[in-house]
Amino acid sequence: MKNNYKLLDVKNLRTAFNVEGKDVTVVNDISFNLSPGEIVGLVGESGCGKSVTALSLMGLVPDPPGKILGGEIFLEGKDLLKFSESDMEKVRGKEIGMIFQEPMTSLNPVLTIGKQITEILELHQDMSKEEAINEAIDLLKLVGLTDPELRINDYPHKLSGGQRQRIMIAIALSCKPKILIADEPTTALDVTIQAQILELIQKLSNELGTSVILITHNLGILARYAHKINVMYAGHLIESGTTDEIFYNPKHPYTAGLLNSVPRLDLDPNIELPTIKGEVPNLAEFNEGCIFKTRCPNPTNNCKDGKSEMGLIEVEPGHLVDKCCVNCK
Amino acid sequence: MYKYIFRRISLSIPTLIGVSILIFFFMRILPGDVVDAMVTDETGALVFTDAQVESIEESLGLNRPLHIQYLGWMKDVVAGDLGYSFWTKISVGEHVRRRAPMTLEIAVLSLIISWIIGLPVGILAAINRNSLRDYISRGIVILFLAIPSFYAALGFLIFFVLVFTWRPPVEVIFFWQNPIQSLYVALPAAVAIGTGMAAVVARMARSSILEVIREDYVRTAKSKGLTKRTIINRHVLKNALIPVVTISGLQFGNLLSGVIAVEAALSIPGLGVLLAQGLADRDWMIIQNLVLIFAFLFILINLLVDISYSLIDPRIRYD
Ligand SMILES: Nc1ncnc2c1ncn2[C@@H]1O[C@H](COP(=O)(O)OP(=O)(O)OP(=O)(O)O)[C@@H](O)[C@H]1O
Ligand code: SF4
Ligand SMILES: [Mg+2]
Repeated sequence: MKNNYKLLDVKNLRTAFNVEGKDVTVVNDISFNLSPGEIVGLVGESGCGKSVTALSLMGLVPDPPGKILGGEIFLEGKDLLKFSESDMEKVRGKEIGMIFQEPMTSLNPVLTIGKQITEILELHQDMSKEEAINEAIDLLKLVGLTDPELRINDYPHKLSGGQRQRIMIAIALSCKPKILIADEPTTALDVTIQAQILELIQKLSNELGTSVILITHNLGILARYAHKINVMYAGHLIESGTTDEIFYNPKHPYTAGLLNSVPRLDLDPNIELPTIKGEVPNLAEFNEGCIFKTRCPNPTNNCKDGKSEMGLIEVEPGHLVDKCCVNCK
Repeated sequence: MYKYIFRRISLSIPTLIGVSILIFFFMRILPGDVVDAMVTDETGALVFTDAQVESIEESLGLNRPLHIQYLGWMKDVVAGDLGYSFWTKISVGEHVRRRAPMTLEIAVLSLIISWIIGLPVGILAAINRNSLRDYISRGIVILFLAIPSFYAALGFLIFFVLVFTWRPPVEVIFFWQNPIQSLYVALPAAVAIGTGMAAVVARMARSSILEVIREDYVRTAKSKGLTKRTIINRHVLKNALIPVVTISGLQFGNLLSGVIAVEAALSIPGLGVLLAQGLADRDWMIIQNLVLIFAFLFILINLLVDISYSLIDPRIRYD
């Protein structure tokens, strides 16, 4: 299943928001890739730019105030950033599907479930109304909803958060996209439901061969479901590698900090988990050196002077980390 | 649903009683009454003897104590009898029957025009936010909001007369008698009123759409690859509709004052002219009953507005 063909290859992506007349780069020089069938995690604290990265891939960064400043996003060799809006409309939903954090508000309250699924089938799959309805029923079965024939006539408010997220998955996968972006798909759900939804995503990824970008701020989730992990901090990608490498051989002090703050079964649950101290720098003002220097536990003098240089280098095959941190820990 | 409608209508009864008391006493506080109006000539000089004046008062029942007069009126209203005009001796019900259809036609047309113009302008302004188109349409909207419908009507009247050689009607033609002729009378009035209302509809539609566009489900719609047009038509509009319908219902008051002013300006004999004439003649029976009818209509229209919510948004149910 895993091979080296790069289905998606993101290179030096930079996205900024114009805040009070000044461009603030919130996704800064991000590069990563995705092979067919792979589940790749994107992890980092709130506000680090995960959603903006995802929206950049979809061509949905709100403009204004947002703008993609540079980089390339190759999907099967074609740079999406060069696509026209109408070409992007054929990518969205068809080549890349997306589900969001907030299932309660992600479905349109005034349209039936059926309509919200069939409209995408009619759009991309050239289906007639009837074919689309039958397909929608099959999709609802696929994502494990009971009584799909009745459900398609329901409005979203009748369903629970977990059920709505299943419908979002049905919509996102309806046209068999090559890639599914799941932006914190379970953050808003109960713990037991969380596991069910993630199992479902994993199962469908296996069955349909869909690659998944799984966005979360919980490394624990990725340990279980992701093949590879990209760690983001304040708009930068600071470490990237296989799940095993990241968990057993983290290089960057931020990754190590995140790992320490993951709840673990083998530790006493009453002991408070260590958190990463300090504050994320204000991106509008930050300009030199390592982005993590304000929170790093052991910065060198070079780091403090802002002389350490950012940029990923490969330390082991497939394991990349910020240049400056190859030897620090 | 029926239970809800019944409850709403019962709840409106105290409001209607309040309105009736207010208008009843308000008319009597206004200087000059119907008898003064009847017994003086244009210069204000008395043309009747005191005895004649008294007998007129008695025949109209105006010599009775106020509370008796009020209760008498209420009794008649409950029995469905709206009394008689002091002047014409024709029943108020008959007056209303003759005048209402034209006014209703103007009102409905105004409403339609306000939506036909207001909604597209609001949509265009919203999707081209902060562009030249948005600024222009907002400028025009503010202009129309600032002009009282009376002046707008005069302006339109002059415009229609000069450009289309339109002439105010001599007699009223009901819609069912000759729709084209009838529209010929009603349309200029409706345009004059409807454009002002369109400004309100446009402004509300714009802000409501701008709010809905930020909703998560619109982001979902975008992620499906739908075109902008489909997203607006299918996903945004219906959700943005409720505040627009609400403001449209609340505009009934504006509509009414617009109709009165415009009917007077274009001399279309409708309810507005009847009310204005009644006011000039101090024809209390006409005014009291018309105001009561308007109040009831206002309540009814806003009930309809509330009921329409449940058609727009499946989350809203009245059981
Ligand atoms: N519309 C916007 N206008 C201005 N700034 C924005 C906008 N959207 C996002 N940002 C900024 O971009 C940065 C990254 O936001 P993003 O939503 O990608 O974070 P995230 O990693 O997804 O966080 P979370 O875990 O909370 O979802 C934040 O600092 C945020 O303030
Ligand atoms: S470069 Fe310096 S400041 Fe940055 S993480 Fe490494 S040690 Fe810490
Ligand atoms: Mg996010």
